[in-house]
Amino acid sequence: MNIVVLVKQVPDTYSERKLNSSDGTLDRDATDAVLDEINERAVEAALQLKEAHDGEVTVLTMGPARATDAIRKALSMGADKAVHLSDEALHGSCAVQTAKALATVLGTVEGGFDLVVAGNEASDGRSAAVPAMVADVLGLPALTHAREVTVDGSTVTVRRETDDGVTHLSAELPAVVSVGEKINEPRYPSFKGIMAAKKKPVVTLSLADAGIDPSEVGLATALSTVASSQPKPPKSGGEKIEDEGDGGAKVAAFLVAQKLI
Amino acid sequence: MAEVLVLVDHLEGEIKKSTFELLTAARALGEPSAVVVGAAGTAAKLADVLKEHGAEKIYVAETDSTDFLTPEVGVLASLVEAKDPAAVLIAVSADGKEIAGRLAVRTNSGLLGDVVAVSADGVTHSVFGGAYIAEAKATTAHPVITLRPGSVEIEPAAGAGVEESVPVPASQGRAATVTSREPIVGGDRPELTEASVVVSGGRGVGSADDFQVVEALADSLGAAVGASRAAVDSGYYPHQFQVGQTGKTVSPQLYIALGISGAIQHRAGMQTSKTIIAVNKDAEAPIFEIADFGVVGDLFKVAPQLKDEIAKRKG
Ligand SMILES: Cc1cc2nc3c(=O)[nH]c(=O)nc-3n(C[C@H](O)[C@H](O)[C@H](O)COP(=O)(O)OP(=O)(O)OC[C@H]3O[C@@H](n4cnc5c(N)ncnc54)[C@H](O)[C@@H]3O)c2cc1C
Ligand SMILES: Nc1ncnc2c1ncn2[C@@H]1O[C@H](COP(=O)(O)O)[C@@H](O)[C@H]1O
Repeated sequence: MNIVVLVKQVPDTYSERKLNSSDGTLDRDATDAVLDEINERAVEAALQLKEAHDGEVTVLTMGPARATDAIRKALSMGADKAVHLSDEALHGSCAVQTAKALATVLGTVEGGFDLVVAGNEASDGRSAAVPAMVADVLGLPALTHAREVTVDGSTVTVRRETDDGVTHLSAELPAVVSVGEKINEPRYPSFKGIMAAKKKPVVTLSLADAGIDPSEVGLATALSTVASSQPKPPKSGGEKIEDEGDGGAKVAAFLVAQKLI
Repeated sequence: MAEVLVLVDHLEGEIKKSTFELLTAARALGEPSAVVVGAAGTAAKLADVLKEHGAEKIYVAETDSTDFLTPEVGVLASLVEAKDPAAVLIAVSADGKEIAGRLAVRTNSGLLGDVVAVSADGVTHSVFGGAYIAEAKATTAHPVITLRPGSVEIEPAAGAGVEESVPVPASQGRAATVTSREPIVGGDRPELTEASVVVSGGRGVGSADDFQVVEALADSLGAAVGASRAAVDSGYYPHQFQVGQTGKTVSPQLYIALGISGAIQHRAGMQTSKTIIAVNKDAEAPIFEIADFGVVGDLFKVAPQLKDEIAKRKG
C-alpha cells in the first residue's frame, strides 16, 4: 500500500508568531520553523500502516526552500522519499489554490498512492479544510479527524472524533485521511534514521515541473486577501497575591468589585 | 437585495445556537436564506425558529443519504449557481470548515475561514490566538465565510421564511459513508464556547477524581468546565473540553485557571477572555503574566473557599 503524507512546516508555536505588515502573510523569518506536530502524527500513522501492510511512504509538502528541514524530519522518522513543491510564485497562495496545487502534485507521485494522510488542522492557518478540499478536487472520499484508522483489504475505516461526537466512516481506497491529535504518539527519529534520511530521495518541483500555471497560485490571484493586520497589545498581568489562608475570599472580593458575581 | 445563504447546523432535530448568529450576521450582507440539509421532516421542525431569526427563505433539501458531508456541499454548490448569493455563511465546526472548503473549491470562491466579524467591506480574523487582528476580503463573487461561534450577538427578527424544496445532487466523485454516529450527550453545564464563565483545570489538579473540585467551583458560578491538554492527555478530563491552540478557543467574561502553567499553546485558546483569574502553586508560572488577579497557592485550598464565598453571596 503506497501512502503519501501531506506535511507542512509551520512557525514553532513556542516562539512568538508574526504576520508581515506589508501583505498580511506569515512572517516566516520571525520564528523558528518546525514540522507541524500534527504532521508528525500523520507520518506516524502512515508508518504504522506501512508496517502492517507494506508499501512505501512518500512525504509531500508545498512550501518555501527551508521546508526541506520538515521533510528531513519526516524522512528520519522512517518515510521513504519526498516531493517538495517549491517556487517563489507560490507565496501568498490561498487555501483553494493550495488544495488544487497539492492535488495536481499528488497525481504525479511516482508509484501512485492508495492513501493520502494529512493532519486535521495546521497550527498556523487553522483552516482544517485542506485535506477535504484536496479530496474534493480529486473526487476521492475524505475521512477526517481520525482517532483510529484501519485498512482492511481495499477498505479504509476511521473513527472520527470531533466536538460533536464520534462518527464511524468507511470508504474504498484510494482515499484521503486526516488525523487528530489523539491518534498516536509520534516516534522519535533514531540516530540511524537521521543518518539514513540524508540519503533518501527528495524531488524538488518548480511550478513548471509540476505542470501548474503560475497564474493559478500566489498572492496576486489568491481568491482571498488580507487587507490589513495589526498586532493586538498583549494582555498584561494584574494583581498577584500569596495565599495566606484567605486566597479564595480575596478572589471572591475581586469578582464582586468587578461586578462579575 | 442579494440573498445570503446560511447553512443550518442541526443535530437530532435540535438547531445549534451558532445558526442564529449566522442569520444575524447575514443581515449585514443581504437577505438571509436558511439552507436545511437533512432527513425528511427536519425542516418542518426547524422552520418556526428560523423565521423568528430572520430567514426570508428556507431551502429544504431532504435526503436519507449516508454520504459524509457531500450532500451539504452539493446542495450549497447548486444554490450558489442558481441564486448567485452575496455570500455563503457557515458556522465554524469540524464539519462546517470542511463543507466550506469543499464548496469554495467547487464554486471557485474565496474562502474566509474562522472569522469573528462580517461586514459589507470584508471580514475580521483573530489570528494566532488573538495576537493579531486581520481584515480580509474575497476577490471573487459569493465568498464562503465560516464564522466562529460566540462572535456575534444574536438579534431575532421576523423573516418571511418562504419554503422551497431543492434536490440533493448526486455526489461528484466518491464519498465516505457514515456507518454510525455517537453524538456527545451534553451535560447540564453550558457549552464551552458559549459560556460566559469558564473554569479550567490543568495537570495541577492531579487526577480525574479531583476534577470534582474544578466542577464544583464551575457549578457555583454556572460555568462551563475546561481543561489543559496536559490534563486531557493524563486522562483527567475528556478531550472535547480541551482549551487551547489545538482545542477550543474561548473568550468568556471570566476565565478561571486552576493548576495550569499557562503555556503559550494554552493561552492561544483563552487569552482574549475579558477577565482572567489564576491559581497556581508556582509564583513564576507564565499564566500570571496575563491574569488580572492571581493567587499563588494550592488550588485545593483556594477553589473550595472561593466556591463557599460565592455560595454565601448567593444566600
Ligand atoms: C503543537 C502543540 C499544541 C498544543 N495545544 C495545546 C492546547 O490546545 N491546550 C493546552 O492546554 N496545551 C496545549 N499544548 C501543550 C502545552 O504546551 C502545555 O504542555 C500544556 O498546556 C500544559 O498543561 P498544564 O498547564 O495543565 O500542565 P503543566 O505545565 O504541567 O502545569 C501544571 C501547573 O499546575 C501547578 N500546580 C500543581 N499542583 C498544584 C496545586 N495543588 N495547586 C495549584 N497549582 C498547582 C504547577 O505549578 C504547574 O504550573 C500544545 C503543545 C503543542 C506543542
Ligand atoms: N502547504 C501544504 N503542504 C502540504 N500539506 C499541507 C499544506 N497545507 C496544508 N496541508 C495539509 O493539510 C493539513 C491541514 O491543514 P489546514 O487545512 O491548512 O489546517 C495539514 O496538517 C497538512 O497535512
